[in-house]
Amino acid sequence: MAAEGRRLISAAGYLELLELAAPEAVLVFTGLVVLAVDLLALRGVELRFRLFVAAMIAFVGCTAAMGWMLVLPEQAATFNGMWEVSPATQFIKVALLALTIFTVLLSVDTDFTPHVGEYFALILLAAVGMMFLVSSVDILMIFVSLELTSLCLYILTAFSKRKPQSAEAALKYFLFGSMSAAFTLFGLSMLYGLSNATNLGQIAQAVEGPSLDPLLVVAIVMTVIGLGFKVAAVPFHLWAPDTYQGAPAPSAAFIASGSKVAGFFIFARVMMLGFKGAEGSAAWQAYLPGWVPVLAVLAAASMFLGNLAAIVQSSVRRLLAYSAIAHSGYMFLGILPHGQQGMVALVYYVITYGLATLGAFGVLSIVERQTGGDRLSDFAGFGRRAPAVSMCMAIFLLSLAGVPPLAGFMGKFLVFASALNEARGGLGLLWLVAVALLLTAVSFYYYLKVLKQIFIVKAEGETGTTPTPVVSQVVIILLALLVVVLGCAPNLLIGPLLSAIQSAGA
Amino acid sequence: MLAWTIYISFLGAAVVLLLPKGHARAPRHVALLVAVLGFVAAVSGTLETKPGNLLTIARIPWIPSLGIEFHLAADGISLTLVLLTAIAAIAGILFSWDVAHRAKEFFALFLLLIGSVYGVFLSFDLFLLLVFYELAIIPKYFLIAVWGSTRKEYGAMKLALYSFGGSAMVLIGVIAAYAVAGARSMNILELARFPFPQSFQMWAFPVVFVGFGILAGLWPFHTWAPTGHVAAPTAGSMLLAGVVMKLGAYGCLRVAITLFPSGLDPWDFTVLGLDSWRDALSILAVIGIVYGALVALVQQDFKFVIGYSSVSHMGFVLLGLLTLNTVGLSGAVLQMFSHGIIAGLLFAVVGRMVYDRTHTRDLPSLQVMSLNKAIPFAAVTFTIANMAAMGLPGFSGFVAELQVLIGSWRAFPSLAVLTGFGIVVSVAYSLRVLQSAFFGERANSATNEVLEEQRHSELEQITIPERIGAMLLIGTSLIIGLWPRLLLDLIGPTFDLPHFDWLRRGGVL
Repeated sequence: MAAEGRRLISAAGYLELLELAAPEAVLVFTGLVVLAVDLLALRGVELRFRLFVAAMIAFVGCTAAMGWMLVLPEQAATFNGMWEVSPATQFIKVALLALTIFTVLLSVDTDFTPHVGEYFALILLAAVGMMFLVSSVDILMIFVSLELTSLCLYILTAFSKRKPQSAEAALKYFLFGSMSAAFTLFGLSMLYGLSNATNLGQIAQAVEGPSLDPLLVVAIVMTVIGLGFKVAAVPFHLWAPDTYQGAPAPSAAFIASGSKVAGFFIFARVMMLGFKGAEGSAAWQAYLPGWVPVLAVLAAASMFLGNLAAIVQSSVRRLLAYSAIAHSGYMFLGILPHGQQGMVALVYYVITYGLATLGAFGVLSIVERQTGGDRLSDFAGFGRRAPAVSMCMAIFLLSLAGVPPLAGFMGKFLVFASALNEARGGLGLLWLVAVALLLTAVSFYYYLKVLKQIFIVKAEGETGTTPTPVVSQVVIILLALLVVVLGCAPNLLIGPLLSAIQSAGA
Repeated sequence: MLAWTIYISFLGAAVVLLLPKGHARAPRHVALLVAVLGFVAAVSGTLETKPGNLLTIARIPWIPSLGIEFHLAADGISLTLVLLTAIAAIAGILFSWDVAHRAKEFFALFLLLIGSVYGVFLSFDLFLLLVFYELAIIPKYFLIAVWGSTRKEYGAMKLALYSFGGSAMVLIGVIAAYAVAGARSMNILELARFPFPQSFQMWAFPVVFVGFGILAGLWPFHTWAPTGHVAAPTAGSMLLAGVVMKLGAYGCLRVAITLFPSGLDPWDFTVLGLDSWRDALSILAVIGIVYGALVALVQQDFKFVIGYSSVSHMGFVLLGLLTLNTVGLSGAVLQMFSHGIIAGLLFAVVGRMVYDRTHTRDLPSLQVMSLNKAIPFAAVTFTIANMAAMGLPGFSGFVAELQVLIGSWRAFPSLAVLTGFGIVVSVAYSLRVLQSAFFGERANSATNEVLEEQRHSELEQITIPERIGAMLLIGTSLIIGLWPRLLLDLIGPTFDLPHFDWLRRGGVL
């Protein structure tokens, strides 16, 4: 982050922090307003109306926060570079806000909770946590933001109080999460011990050396464990299937999309910035110790386990969870080359992945309301009952599978190409790219299995033809359009992303 | 003009999908109109092109930061295959005239498939080519899984997974090549000029060739083809055998051989008497020819016979490509065209004319029906199609296979002999299936004859669209057979273009 000519606001000006963090502040404020309005004004009002009002307030808040970002300075940092704003972080934050808006709107047509105010306030707070996370360049800030996000997400998972699985999932998520938080903290404290600094840039300067300190190796592994949990990489993925299955659909969607975007961005930043100089190499027959081989192993394991385990799932939520694990594996390929092109590819990949997963969960919740379950057989004949939404589901799943010209294909291509282009030592990472591509071919099997149920298998018996909820349908169609448009014209996203990341030098 | 083949097809797919409900006939009419317009565009585009020139149709930056362009162009080989696609599309729609179940979706998927196939043949940007190539897989899956017969879901999934597996292999080679060449361009013409290191070509060539070869029915990766063809609806198998398998062979030529010609050079060692990928792959191609023919000889299912015969005929294409001389190559391209037409015709007879009426494809049961009496038109069509498939002079297959044989005689004489054996077997299975399906034993007793009369009158007569479709395909095969210059003048000069410089490298040639 050593871009020249950046404005340093080193004086402890809280006002300046407030200015830079205005979008986050707006979101916090919106969260409080949602709580207050729901508790004070809307007691005893019909649930649907309360949901609608809360969603609208959240929507306005997110939009305002997005608008505010336009007036922020391009490049700024505060508290000795603890927290910074750059075109790249702004870009991610806008994407996070967009995903939040979609999640909020998908929540309008649900009925899993009477605690409307708390639910929306927690979504907004989780979004705040993610946004802080994206802007943090300091290990303490990173840890605090990570915890803010995680705690909100634990509660969001448990929100469906009538379902015992929801509580189970939340407890599992929470226990695994706290464990991994402990690991992260341990790793980060070692880093502090090694470098006597908390800023990622300073840490990198301190630890850089010709040989790898054994303590640094431990620190790398510990940090990777913590962050790997956040993005559901094998072997820290155990919470994902249960959480995706038990959580209310919008919460699961938010965990799969927003938290993944923020998680991967900070993962990449910690690795590329904090462990600069300790990369090592995962190239074939040219292994060098460092964080790259660690991530390469995680990537290969995630791709293998995610894709193979997804094949045998009969619950679509679990299937999506394992596919999410597999996708984490692909996303690592964007971090491995530790360069700008890889970063662009990674961000494009996670954002479009987020859109597609969000949409898939939106469709899933419609199916669940119609048939009461998320088994594969519950999708039978869905193509007949709701043709438009089914088409969208086909787009989401095919995009996840990586069929051109959808966004998922472009994302995969970008990530794989960057892994080969940028990696030092020529085609060293070819082995990993080959594994990824061959497993992609495997993944088609389970995505097609879902589509087969939707379009080919006839429904057994009479399933109620409840009308498709309007707001959800609009959001889903919008998401599908985004997936198609971003796939056909990837430059809409890549162009600005490239200039943002290049200007930040990250 | 040529680009409109793609646009019209995709547009047509959207229009068909958006047609209001309750117009049962509208989808097929729109689809036919779209296919005919595509044909017109293809023909007028061909006439516009001077033979031996590379016609650039469109070239627009697509993802500038990666050097990827929306680049459509056509040389003689593209044009030949675009023409084939146009004819196969019209015939396919004519033979699907009776599709009533979910007709809108059927024709929309059909047009989507056709549009992507046009796209593959016209793309000169590797990325764009792969986009169209993979886009074609999804409609295939649904066409088979929804409208097919006989283990359709298995056949559809097998086909989809083989296709995706193949394209994964292709992508490995292509992305690696893109990275090695400096990640500046995906343009096929530019990549063809890039001197890839010999060691790189040595592994990239077989990976990409086999990846594409899977879709071209390369033995031993051909097994998706018979099951897929059998499971597919009539128009589906017509397109699968007629056009989709050509995508694979086209990819082998356009990508694998063009970009990595040094991959065909001899290794430093010999294994089992083989000393290059060229030897190994051409042996696989010949095994495909002979094995496909032998397996076709013993099938009980009418459609499986045709399915395996496709594997056998596609072996000729692959063999022709590997000869690396102009005669063999132009034979291969001509064989792609010819097989596309003839296989389409054969599948049309089996699927639409026979199976839709008798509801059986079992050869012993067909044998007692004496279909030559019941549906004489089908019998005549099949006889002609069979003669064309056997490679009788006067039909397109003859010219094509002859050229491949001459080419391979120059390149690998011993294999050419084996290939000749394959041709003999192909005559055997063709005559066997012709005899048992149409000219079975006649019933002896009078009562049987009465029964037979009854059964015959129950069989629906051959409809007008079927007749037109059959005439179209037979006519095309005859015209090319009698006047091969029509296509050869288009194909031949193409090999003088700069992206075929590898033909003149000397060395092994």
